[in-house]
Amino acid sequence: MAMIFEAAAAQTAGQLPGATEPGSGGNAGQAIGRMWKAIRSNGKALTGSVLLALFVLLALFPWAIAKDNPSAEIYKPTLGPSTAHLFGTTSYGQDIFAQAVWGTRETLIIAVVSGVLSTILSVIMGLAAGYLGGAWDSVLNFITDVLLVVPTFPLLIIIVAYLPKVGVPGLIAVLVITGYSYGARQLRAQTLSVRSRDYLEAARVRGERRFYVIMVEIIPSMTSLIVATFLGTAVYNVLAAAGLQFLGFGDPSSVSWGTMLYWAENNEALQTGQYLWAIVPGALIALLGAAFVLINYAFDEISNPALARVPITRTRQLNPILRRLGANRSG
Amino acid sequence: MTDAAPVLRTEGLTRHFQIGGGLKRKTLHAVDDVSLQIGEREIVALAGESGSGKSTIARLLARVYRPTAGEVYFQGRPLSGLRSRADMLSYRSDVPMVFQDPFSSINPVFRVSHGMLRSLKLHRPELSAAERLAEARRVFEIVGLTPAEETLNRFPHELSGGQRQRVGFAQALAMRPKLILADEPVSMLDVSIRIGLLNLMKKLRDEQGVSILYITHDIASARYVADRLIVMYAGQIAETGPVEDVLSSPRHPYTQLLLSAVPDPKADLSIDANTDRGEPPRVINPGPGCRFRWRCPLAITDCASITPPLLELSPDHDAACLVAQSGAEVKAF
Amino acid sequence: MRTDQAEWLDASWAEQSGGPILEVRDLSVCYHTKRGDVLAVDDVSFDLARGEFLGIVGESGCGKSTLLFGIAQLLSPPAAITGGSVRFEGTNLVDLNDHQLASIRWKKLSLVMQSAMNALNPVKTISAQFTDAMRAHGVTSRQEIADRSAEVLRMVGIDPQHLRSYPHQLSGGMRQRSMIAMALLFTPDLVIMDEPTSALDVVAQRSLMIQIKELQQRLGFAVIFVTHDMSLVSHFSDRLMVMYAGQVAELGATRLVFDSPRHPYSSGLLDAFPSIRGPKVDLTGIPGSPPDLARPPSGCRFAPRCPVVVDACQEQPVELRHVGDVLVRCIRPEGNGVVRGD
Repeated sequence: MAMIFEAAAAQTAGQLPGATEPGSGGNAGQAIGRMWKAIRSNGKALTGSVLLALFVLLALFPWAIAKDNPSAEIYKPTLGPSTAHLFGTTSYGQDIFAQAVWGTRETLIIAVVSGVLSTILSVIMGLAAGYLGGAWDSVLNFITDVLLVVPTFPLLIIIVAYLPKVGVPGLIAVLVITGYSYGARQLRAQTLSVRSRDYLEAARVRGERRFYVIMVEIIPSMTSLIVATFLGTAVYNVLAAAGLQFLGFGDPSSVSWGTMLYWAENNEALQTGQYLWAIVPGALIALLGAAFVLINYAFDEISNPALARVPITRTRQLNPILRRLGANRSG
Repeated sequence: MTDAAPVLRTEGLTRHFQIGGGLKRKTLHAVDDVSLQIGEREIVALAGESGSGKSTIARLLARVYRPTAGEVYFQGRPLSGLRSRADMLSYRSDVPMVFQDPFSSINPVFRVSHGMLRSLKLHRPELSAAERLAEARRVFEIVGLTPAEETLNRFPHELSGGQRQRVGFAQALAMRPKLILADEPVSMLDVSIRIGLLNLMKKLRDEQGVSILYITHDIASARYVADRLIVMYAGQIAETGPVEDVLSSPRHPYTQLLLSAVPDPKADLSIDANTDRGEPPRVINPGPGCRFRWRCPLAITDCASITPPLLELSPDHDAACLVAQSGAEVKAF
Repeated sequence: MRTDQAEWLDASWAEQSGGPILEVRDLSVCYHTKRGDVLAVDDVSFDLARGEFLGIVGESGCGKSTLLFGIAQLLSPPAAITGGSVRFEGTNLVDLNDHQLASIRWKKLSLVMQSAMNALNPVKTISAQFTDAMRAHGVTSRQEIADRSAEVLRMVGIDPQHLRSYPHQLSGGMRQRSMIAMALLFTPDLVIMDEPTSALDVVAQRSLMIQIKELQQRLGFAVIFVTHDMSLVSHFSDRLMVMYAGQVAELGATRLVFDSPRHPYSSGLLDAFPSIRGPKVDLTGIPGSPPDLARPPSGCRFAPRCPVVVDACQEQPVELRHVGDVLVRCIRPEGNGVVRGD
């Protein structure tokens, strides 16, 4: 618990006005160092971070890894895997490996941007409802609850079906509006529980304005929940976006894992033996989702000591550390 | 008790809450018609059990709640006259509050200096950043948090409960207050640590000239630290006066009950058949009459219809009990 | 499945009725944390006779609650018992598994926790919770359950009509009494109580203490009562155990410990209570704070805060030994209250 708070505190304290005086915050370098140490010591976090880092690299520098143009239909179609084409080619003569690598960018952009925007919306709606209470709470909560109750994926399909050809921005907008409600609900609940903490009342009694209390006193203490919301939303959005693209919404001429699946399905890839065309994008989607989930687990473990796995000893069998401890106690 | 004008005075202070919904709407009389005063350089203890209204009074004085009726006068001026933000800030710096729970009264995410420096920025804007730090160090030393520089840089979880409460007092002190509202500041601390905080309060009164309203449920600590004692029951004042007077000759049956229930290892235990069970006070739609009458062995018929006023029974010693006011000897518990 | 006479219970124990009901020997409990192993309870030993009332007193972090959980076998990770034994009516509880413990729990050994609001299920009536407890231990007849529920409530001074109430409808004092009633459903031989009065006001507190003592004398069960408030148990306990930093600091008859405390911590603790009667004196409390149990000091654990410390105190860990009729862990025990920490 301490590490997350220290990290969050150091980061936020360094960026907020009025808190930059010495003695009230660490510097960003120290905070990152602490988080890095926390990640390194936890297997799940490490795996997830490494995976995510790999994907980020692919998204940033696709040309370094895949030399081919992913959309160019210049190769012999339906080739199997070979040294020239690691995953083979599509029915249109495109290199699947190049598509997979270049497609990372669009998928990751969708995941991250929609995750961030959705989280921001969750924070605003959830925190405001929880802290301001009264009429604000009723109105904001009502909107959130309505969106929560409606099944998200069918709603997505309906909205996208009626909108004109939407590209990535449209997809992101739709994902954000339909997906923020879950996080908002959680943040509202957490705000309600934190609201009665004495330090918030103490801040009001010393004369702080309500806006300040929300921004400076409440948000930093909910950092781990906000991060968890972001990670959870990102996972869901990756899957939802891929799902929508697979169904043909979104722009089929763009290159992403979801559109790969769309074209694979259209050309009956699995039935015609072109397994890799369908499996590769599917596996990559799963891996990206797994990366986010692992990091999410790790954050939970880091911030909640009760979840950490601990070696259990029974009296019959003292573990070596305790035997030494026993030996050191004289008498 | 000084004859000088009191620092803070309340007149008929009342606060009700509406509870229940729809047809079953009831009124909870948290505080009813409380008139008290706190002078300069004095520690006044406000003692009572849960449901007595003592915490509500703290919040009324800290302006967290508005009163349903009655008025609070600070240095002669009514609080309802404070309109602008500047006026409110000025009041808040004159009458700050120290909270009960050392584990939740400081934001765990920031260093301990955060709240202090914010207070200083809000209430003493004339200070520069360096001066604010110097002031923070100065008050930390006064409350015994040394080395001040090092402690300022710690996070709350690195300090003990007692140290955190001292931080609370330091924050209050930094605003150069006239009156500190201390809401059960030692209840959640270990017994051996409490004395240190109680001694600190005495020191603040003597050396810094600050008055303190010490809210507690522990009469023994009230005796140790306070000059005057106010005993509350069910939202009303039962008895008030100099602390030694009230404790050595309590006139209100409730005060006597409280005194008899305090565990005293040196005295023998007296158990009689009528040992009071500790019934919660009736504050929902109470109606007229004394609110203690159901538990009082001396209740007379008038107690059910006349709400006893707070009257002076001996110099500076008031009690709200019809039986005591009639001159009879009150020996209830 | 017969749960009344399980084969792992030492049947011969019942014959030796004079022996202690509980024998704790060298019990140690350790918490595994990232900062290291914290020995929260260090080599605690004591006996408890039938029907005896033992008060365990100490401040936060001294290990008293951990000790209770260790005795009741309720520790969960990251805490674990790392040494010692807990012999209850002849059987070592540490060796038993959950299934075996179930036959002892509630029937012979029950628990009253600190806050009834945390221990009672807020969405069930009192009667439903009693029924749950009884069914879980083999009582199935509805009549029997109803009769017994009403009986235990009457024992603690609550009108049985409150069986139909939910916990939030009862006052704090009544909730605690219901907890105690629930603990007495099977008339156990030992009731362990973890600060059962801390959430109550002083009047309700006294009333509850008197009630507990009355029940104890009537039904004959032994009590282990853990509290941070020494004066609370002063009139009720037969023996008093003062704990500090995971160890027993002093153990003896209550009156002896109160009237002439031997350990500087015990006398410091007694001195830290301002009194209601008698002359007003300036008190000092005990400055400083308890040691970090992940890195306990090498000698006496109280040395850094002790008013009568000498060099020898910090060289070696201190053993528990007899001084008169009292066990004290101090190499300079105060005799006859002469050298009180001034």
